[in-house]
Amino acid sequence: MKIALSTVFLSSAIALASSAQAFTITGAGATFPQPVYAKWAAAYKTATGNEVNYQGIGSGGGIKQIKANTVDFGASDKALAREALQKAGLIQFPTVIGGVVPVVNIKGIGAGELTLSGTVLAGIYLGRITRWNDPQIVALNPGANLPDAPIATIYRADGSGTSYNFTYYLSQVSDGWKNGPGASKSPKWPTAGASGIGGKGNSGVAAFVTRTSNAIGYVEYAYAKENHLAYTRMINKAGNAVTPSLASFQAAGNADWNAAPGFNLTIANASDDPKAWPIAASTFILVHTHPKDPTRVKHALDFFDWAYRNGDDAAQELAYVPFSKANKALFKASWKQVLDKNGTAVFEVK
Amino acid sequence: MDSIHRKIAQHRRIDWCFVTLTRFFAFLVLISLIGITITLILQAFPAIKTYGLRFFLTADWDVHNDRYGALAAIFGTVVTSLIAIVIAVPVSFGIAIFLTELCPARLRHPISIAVELLAGIPSIVYGMWGLFIFAPLFAEYVLRPLNLSVIGFGYLSAGIILAIMIIPFIASVMRDVCETVPKMLRESAYGLGCTRWEVLRKVVFPYAASGIVGGIILGLGRALGETMAVTFVIGNSWAINWDLSRPGQSITSALANEFNEADGLQMASLMYLAVILMIISLTVLSLSKVLLIRSRKFK
Repeated sequence: MKIALSTVFLSSAIALASSAQAFTITGAGATFPQPVYAKWAAAYKTATGNEVNYQGIGSGGGIKQIKANTVDFGASDKALAREALQKAGLIQFPTVIGGVVPVVNIKGIGAGELTLSGTVLAGIYLGRITRWNDPQIVALNPGANLPDAPIATIYRADGSGTSYNFTYYLSQVSDGWKNGPGASKSPKWPTAGASGIGGKGNSGVAAFVTRTSNAIGYVEYAYAKENHLAYTRMINKAGNAVTPSLASFQAAGNADWNAAPGFNLTIANASDDPKAWPIAASTFILVHTHPKDPTRVKHALDFFDWAYRNGDDAAQELAYVPFSKANKALFKASWKQVLDKNGTAVFEVK
Repeated sequence: MDSIHRKIAQHRRIDWCFVTLTRFFAFLVLISLIGITITLILQAFPAIKTYGLRFFLTADWDVHNDRYGALAAIFGTVVTSLIAIVIAVPVSFGIAIFLTELCPARLRHPISIAVELLAGIPSIVYGMWGLFIFAPLFAEYVLRPLNLSVIGFGYLSAGIILAIMIIPFIASVMRDVCETVPKMLRESAYGLGCTRWEVLRKVVFPYAASGIVGGIILGLGRALGETMAVTFVIGNSWAINWDLSRPGQSITSALANEFNEADGLQMASLMYLAVILMIISLTVLSLSKVLLIRSRKFK
């Protein structure tokens, strides 16, 4: 009895001690990496007992919240410019790579069976290519049975990092797009009012694509894969037709991050790799360089350090691509800019 | 004697507490209404200051360049609601007349219950049904043969879904006001040898007219403010289109889609849209209340 009692006492004492050390940090932002952050957070809790609460409220919301200091870290699919970072006293670093994929709903055409190029994709969303049997599409797909039907273009009705990466790509490959709607989280869609439909979130776009015959839309790859949507192949910068896959996203992530000040790099159409998926996208974390509560930010960096070291498998299971060791080391080196009140770095980069 | 006085005093106190409490609850509603209105206007103020009344006249909603105009959304809201009214009014008339004048007593109860059940379906269910079932079928079997836009999402689809949603409201108000027509009047008319149609036209309609109009406007108010169902089927596309088979935008769908990523002037403009919707809805609802109250006074 005595032994049992003391064991109970001892174990509760241990529990108390560990709970005193355990911490909870909060983050908010982009919805695109939410599944992988949630999975990392769950594994991190099992491994260390510490909790990470992440709320997918959208990239714009994430930037707003970190600027307002209501969260320990923010998350955005759109990289901030160096000046904007300096003005707000923030640094950003990417965590994983994903891909934006065009998806179609054409009778008889399955996933990976249609090939599009950047110019054709821009032409479709500019409303210049309006039918599936347009000679430009036929030229890319000899032998495919393309219907003589009008194309319905589905896009995001809400402001979105996915839209930013998609339209950034379109402006890279098409002057018409660059000088027209441009790269934007919520561009003015040229097809609005004609063949254009807006859906809220990836799920909204996916729902409209699957319910509208002869429609095209764009969603995160993980989303297309999970919902068995018919994604297309794309001609990349090297001129090859590539299928979206972890390998082709990884190839796209091999961009020159070192040359991008403040890691302000949109990786769409950036890589010359012959296997690279052209509309790849990385997603970013934002933290303050002079945080009000340095320990909390240190805990946040501890979490991402842990995720960089242990989270690759979990990311890949969810169809996100982890960065290479060299790139991760590069990103972690930027953390030395996060300082406490005495001016010493809160996270010791080993 | 003394104890009775004490008891009376005690009862008065309880009574006073009770009255004060209920009055507080009643005023709570009023305070919320005023509070919501004030905060909406405050939040919308940057947009009101920037655009003023010009906001109503420009159709350009360009988030990228931070320029906003409400006309496309107002157009969508008004057009979808009008489509809904045009479809729902004759159908509701039919239901109300059948139930009050023609229906065998055996059927009256089950049909009334079915109509009221239709009113109880949550709007998101209508929206999902519209998105997954109705719009694709509508595109394939109605719009395609008519050589219209084959997308299926647009003003027309939204208007039809709204019509189905407001029919039970209009029909049940119409039935209630038709039932207020005194039996004596009706039977006298039949006694004079009037046909059913004549009784309806010359006796029931004139008697119930303002109540019927009140019911229609009540339905209109509901259609104007409906959000989820419209957002699912209108197409969420910023444009004004007289081809009603094409996608468009309504005030409610714009709010539902853009709120969580909006800030700055876009947020203020969305609030301005909300103010406009509130003014439209309050006007329409007050009008229907006035008409319904007047119809009751006839009794």
